[in-house]
Amino acid sequence: MNERTMNLIFRLTVFALLFTGFAQMPIFARYYLADVPGFAWTADYYLNHVLHYGLAAVLLVFLGWRLPLAVKRRWTPGGLLLAMCWAGVVLTGLVRVMKNQPDVFFSPTFVMAVDWAHLGFVMLLGAVSLGRRLATGNRVTAAP
Amino acid sequence: MDDDKIPMKKHMTINRRSFLAAGLAAAVGAAAKPAQALAGGVADAGKSEAVVLATLLDLSKCIGCGACVEACREASAQRFPEPVKPFPKMYPSRVKAADWSDKRDVDDRLTPYNWLYIQTASGEYDGRPFELNIPRRCLHCQNPPCANLCPWGAASKDGRGIVAINDEICLGGSKCKDVCPWHIPERQTGVGLYLKLAPSFAGNGVMYKCDRCQDRVAAGGTPACIKACPEGVQTIGPRDEIRAKARKLADEIGGLIYGDTENGGTNTFYVSPVPFDVLNKTVETGPGRPHLASVANPFSTEDILARAVYAAPLAGLAAGALHLIRGAASEDDHE
Repeated sequence: MNERTMNLIFRLTVFALLFTGFAQMPIFARYYLADVPGFAWTADYYLNHVLHYGLAAVLLVFLGWRLPLAVKRRWTPGGLLLAMCWAGVVLTGLVRVMKNQPDVFFSPTFVMAVDWAHLGFVMLLGAVSLGRRLATGNRVTAAP
Repeated sequence: MDDDKIPMKKHMTINRRSFLAAGLAAAVGAAAKPAQALAGGVADAGKSEAVVLATLLDLSKCIGCGACVEACREASAQRFPEPVKPFPKMYPSRVKAADWSDKRDVDDRLTPYNWLYIQTASGEYDGRPFELNIPRRCLHCQNPPCANLCPWGAASKDGRGIVAINDEICLGGSKCKDVCPWHIPERQTGVGLYLKLAPSFAGNGVMYKCDRCQDRVAAGGTPACIKACPEGVQTIGPRDEIRAKARKLADEIGGLIYGDTENGGTNTFYVSPVPFDVLNKTVETGPGRPHLASVANPFSTEDILARAVYAAPLAGLAAGALHLIRGAASEDDHE
């Protein structure tokens, strides 16, 4: 598989993760998206949860694959910030998966902190990616 | 022994699932540890020292006197919502306010001011008439959809088997109610954090439900409904013991259990001499009045996918390392 195809898969996965992640909030039914014919599934929390898990597995394979390459590269401050955002998204996401196991208990404060951090890192990741793109004026991949 | 104290037996369980979780905790330890410290060191994946408590409700004993309902109201009164009126105008217009503040006395269903009510089932079974009273409230699931799927971290389960909603941060989106198979949480508009954010466009109040007297239990006390019951309908204790008691009781009366496996397992065991599918046909169900039908585990797919999520970074890492090594070998060949 060539680099171009890999990038396309990566971008589609990230978009789908964003979509299914936001579908975890009760907004798609409130704001009529689920009323659009063919989009009723966007308000199905359980379906979007399963999709989010599956997509997360795909993303983690990709990020794991990129990690040895990333270690070798020369980091710019922007790239480092982006990598830290990715690390934040991944770690908080993994903790959220752990939290959902029936015999794992975290304190309510920790659960809240992780949930908010996951959302915060996603927002930050979007902002940093956009900032890098605007700053460089070039096509830069969102991958670290 | 003080009858307000719950008999506890500390235990530590490690199974394959918690082992996997503990392994992951170690893998992500560097980042997770500061957060655990932030949480007061209570985050304890894989080695819970807390005791998961469950309740047993012997339905053959309940006379429907309502003492538990009254006790619940008294114990919870300080946490009942005091909404600010008029409510903010909400967009789009199809988003409706849920207001129970003028109907606080309603006690024949669940409301934000009534976290426990008595459901009555009457009919005929095996040629004999029956009438049973069923105290209904949150069942406190072992793997609660409300807590797992809350996108805001407002609902959570604790190590004592309690599922609670934090009324200080809940935005009242009602997702917890949608994903709960019994639709237990009830919303009150005009109260809570959403008023300080974007009240017209996101959120709609706070969701309320039984928290099995979390503060009392944390202090070693007994939930108010259990303490107030004159008939001793409810018993609370370590889940394993309560489960064994429920099975023994069911055997003795030739009855059945509800709550053991429903929704993947709950911390509430109803024992009835009449099958629950029969009861379910006779009870009044609808908004605020939960059913008694069997409920499958909604997270069976996620439990499998969770293993894929844990394994994915390692699989990718191995593939990436192999790719690099092959690349280096290829360069050597060219030289």
